[in-house]
Amino acid sequence: MSTIVMLPDQQTASLPKRSYLNEEYGLKSWLLTGDHKRIAILYLISITIFFFIGGFFAGMIRLELLTPPSDLMAADTYNKMFTMHGIIMVFLFLVPSVPATIGNFLIPIMVGAKDLAFPKINLLSWYLYVLGGILVLAALTLGGVDTGWTFTTPLSTHYLNTHVITAGLAIFVAGFSSIFTGLNFIVTIHRMRAPGMTWFRLPLFVWSHYAASVLMVLGTPVLAITLVLVILERVIGIGVFDPAKGGDPLLFQHLFWFYSHPAVYIMILPGFGVISEVISTFSRKRVFGYTAVAFSSVAIAVFGFFVWAHHMFIMGVSNYSALVFSLLTMLVAVPSAIKIFNWSFTLYKGSITFETPMLYAFGFIGLFTIGGLTGVFLGSMGMDIHLTETYFIVAHFHFVMVGGMLMAFLAGIHFWWPKMTGRMYPEGISKLAALTTFIGFNLTFFPQFILGYLGMPRRYAAYPPEFQVLNVLSTAGATVLGVGYVLPLLYLAWSLKYGKIAGSNPWQATGLEWQIQSPPLTTNFVETPVVDYEAYDYEWLANKTKHEVQTVG
Amino acid sequence: MHYFISPVLWQFLVNWLTHFALFPPEASSIAPYADALYFFLILISLVGMALVLALVTGFSILYRKERNPEATQIEGSTLLEATWTIIPLALFMVCFVWGALLYFRIYNPPTNAMNIYIVGKQWMWKAEHPGGQHEINALHVPLGRPVQLTMISQDVFHSYSIPAFRVKREVIPGRYTTVWFTATQPGTYHLFCTQYCGTLHSEMIGEVTVMKPEEYQAWTEGSTSGMSLAQNGERLFASLGCNACHSGNAGARGPNLAESYSTRVQLTSGSYAMVDDAFLRDSILNPTMHTTAGYAPIMPTYQGQISEEGLIDLVEYIKKLNTNYRVQQTLNTSQIQSPVQNQAQSPVATRVQQPAPAAPAGVKP
Repeated sequence: MSTIVMLPDQQTASLPKRSYLNEEYGLKSWLLTGDHKRIAILYLISITIFFFIGGFFAGMIRLELLTPPSDLMAADTYNKMFTMHGIIMVFLFLVPSVPATIGNFLIPIMVGAKDLAFPKINLLSWYLYVLGGILVLAALTLGGVDTGWTFTTPLSTHYLNTHVITAGLAIFVAGFSSIFTGLNFIVTIHRMRAPGMTWFRLPLFVWSHYAASVLMVLGTPVLAITLVLVILERVIGIGVFDPAKGGDPLLFQHLFWFYSHPAVYIMILPGFGVISEVISTFSRKRVFGYTAVAFSSVAIAVFGFFVWAHHMFIMGVSNYSALVFSLLTMLVAVPSAIKIFNWSFTLYKGSITFETPMLYAFGFIGLFTIGGLTGVFLGSMGMDIHLTETYFIVAHFHFVMVGGMLMAFLAGIHFWWPKMTGRMYPEGISKLAALTTFIGFNLTFFPQFILGYLGMPRRYAAYPPEFQVLNVLSTAGATVLGVGYVLPLLYLAWSLKYGKIAGSNPWQATGLEWQIQSPPLTTNFVETPVVDYEAYDYEWLANKTKHEVQTVG
Repeated sequence: MHYFISPVLWQFLVNWLTHFALFPPEASSIAPYADALYFFLILISLVGMALVLALVTGFSILYRKERNPEATQIEGSTLLEATWTIIPLALFMVCFVWGALLYFRIYNPPTNAMNIYIVGKQWMWKAEHPGGQHEINALHVPLGRPVQLTMISQDVFHSYSIPAFRVKREVIPGRYTTVWFTATQPGTYHLFCTQYCGTLHSEMIGEVTVMKPEEYQAWTEGSTSGMSLAQNGERLFASLGCNACHSGNAGARGPNLAESYSTRVQLTSGSYAMVDDAFLRDSILNPTMHTTAGYAPIMPTYQGQISEEGLIDLVEYIKKLNTNYRVQQTLNTSQIQSPVQNQAQSPVATRVQQPAPAAPAGVKP
């Protein structure tokens, strides 16, 4: 069984006359669209804006930490900087990043449907996201919030005079956007698969989005309730979290992490999906152990709900409950390890090329492995005592979320850019950007592991002078990383007009989305596809291509 | 060399090369255990990382398109997949067990530990030694003796972290948390608040000084306020009129407190509770939470009337209360002196947030 796939001659490719992009014109046709592809583009634009706002705050944080005293800004301002950075990046970038953009664009096409199950709810979800975003910007321009993105009570309820309620409402509203997206995906994947598209013929991208959607639908309401309780506590003092009224401040921690731990899987699972697609495509080979990879996503989603108290090992929870949560944390690390090895072995006996998405995917594997393994440090209870609430946890989180998720997001954006826009991104400079991001990332966040073990606490505007060297390295890295993120913005914008025309299947990938024109028609398919081949079946693709060549010839 | 580069940069480089550290000092009996686990975790991370790196780069070189134009389709391999499920699982289980052992070592204090109370507030650490030494943003401890910290916050969450000792614990409003260590190296170490607690979070720092026993002895004698916590507690006990009911007399309306600490008492509900710091604190602030069997739930709450330091004084007093002799003595004096006067003369007054309620009428002689 061997497969040779020839890349099509892109010189002859031309842009299709009709596509979802030119079906209708005008702002109104975009703002009132029900088309999942247009909504995905709307999402892409909005999350990019918020990414760069959040990135600006990250830059300010790193600039302040260049020197030990808090000299660039007052401690209060610094606190607002990291709070806004956290809120924007977590709730307005990471949570919707892959699912709401790439997922929104591709899930219906991958299952062979014309659109998501509820197009209007999909549009509503974008509007809720925008409303949440506007509320965040309102809180920001009115003077900011300084609770930290974790809203720890009773600090957030009794001791701060900033715009906690506005920020809380913003996340509450944006949460519904996430719930609706999840709901839409679940129903679409269950009910709208094309004839022949069985569960085990679904691309792994769909499996991981399915798992993430379940988390979104079941987890996000808990966050919503928690934020409502925080708001009520502030407004009318109901006292749920107030020890003076018989409330329990630890209850907030339980409720908050009950969502916010699964939330990291909401963020990373769709990224796993992207990596599966990219690695398979550029190795021209079926993903090694499809079933194991698919079920490991489900396992992560299930176990992910039962590990939240590992954020609370030092908070005076019972030693024995800590024991259970530590054990479950170790178990949830296993499916991630399985995935890493399965992706590595997908390369075995492949026919590998190194286009930009593949470079990002390699970056993902390396950085996510480090992020995952340092998670084991933190899941190990005794070690967690020393490491938690220090820069070690900051580094761990950023290795998973930025090194993992953002790399996956960029891999996905480059990989499906030709499908979304019909044009190729420029290969040379994008490889440079991938490399810059990787180097900048390591320089920024690796020193933070050492800082963490040395004991530097997180969220400090000023720090003892002996930590300066590592902080300078980190800040230097952040500037490199910044360049790595601005580059794609520039050349992707450039490629919209000047990029080479992609043709329908520039990567010779097997997914249904690559068998239709780029950019796709509004209805995705001319006629409902009938799926009679497995996922990642490169032989089927080779035969099909041969057949097409014969037909044309 | 330093003629060619900016002096600032030169100083910086020199500073770096002379002060560059990868690990904090190991200054407690726990630190070597924590570091051992840390090295083990680093080791398995390096092995795991090297393996993944070798696989990815190796396959990328061997099976790049130029060298291997034809991909061979492989479904998977149950044996291989089982291998990389079971081996990581086994390694993670080792990390789990090792981490759990360390956790129990750090959070289970030895019985002979000396106790120091810590009160956290925005943005300072107050340390209260039983001998009446009060410190702010500092902690003096003797070398080689187990020290237990009983901590509470009077406002938001804080976290007491001493990286050189590898110990840390959240300091929570409304409940005591504890942590312990035995310092093994004399010196001065960082004390950080690691839980974000508002504006000056990064200034809620201090120094932990480990002293040789004889120096510690000298420090203790030189810095005492003259009143031990238990003595403060005794005055507070009298000024709040606690002795009116908790007199230890046979017909008293409140339970006898002498030698009650770390015993088990039966509650009205029929269950038993251990009398510890938390139990005493709760009983003062929220008396109906646990009512001792045989007594009517008549005790008023003292919520908002006693500061956290005052509560610590009372707890420390009750802890050391062996006999009711002085309780009854004080009872007699408080009948002669009005409680208000008593309070005005006493330094304890500062520890009471509001004027204490007048002694209840009908005090039994």
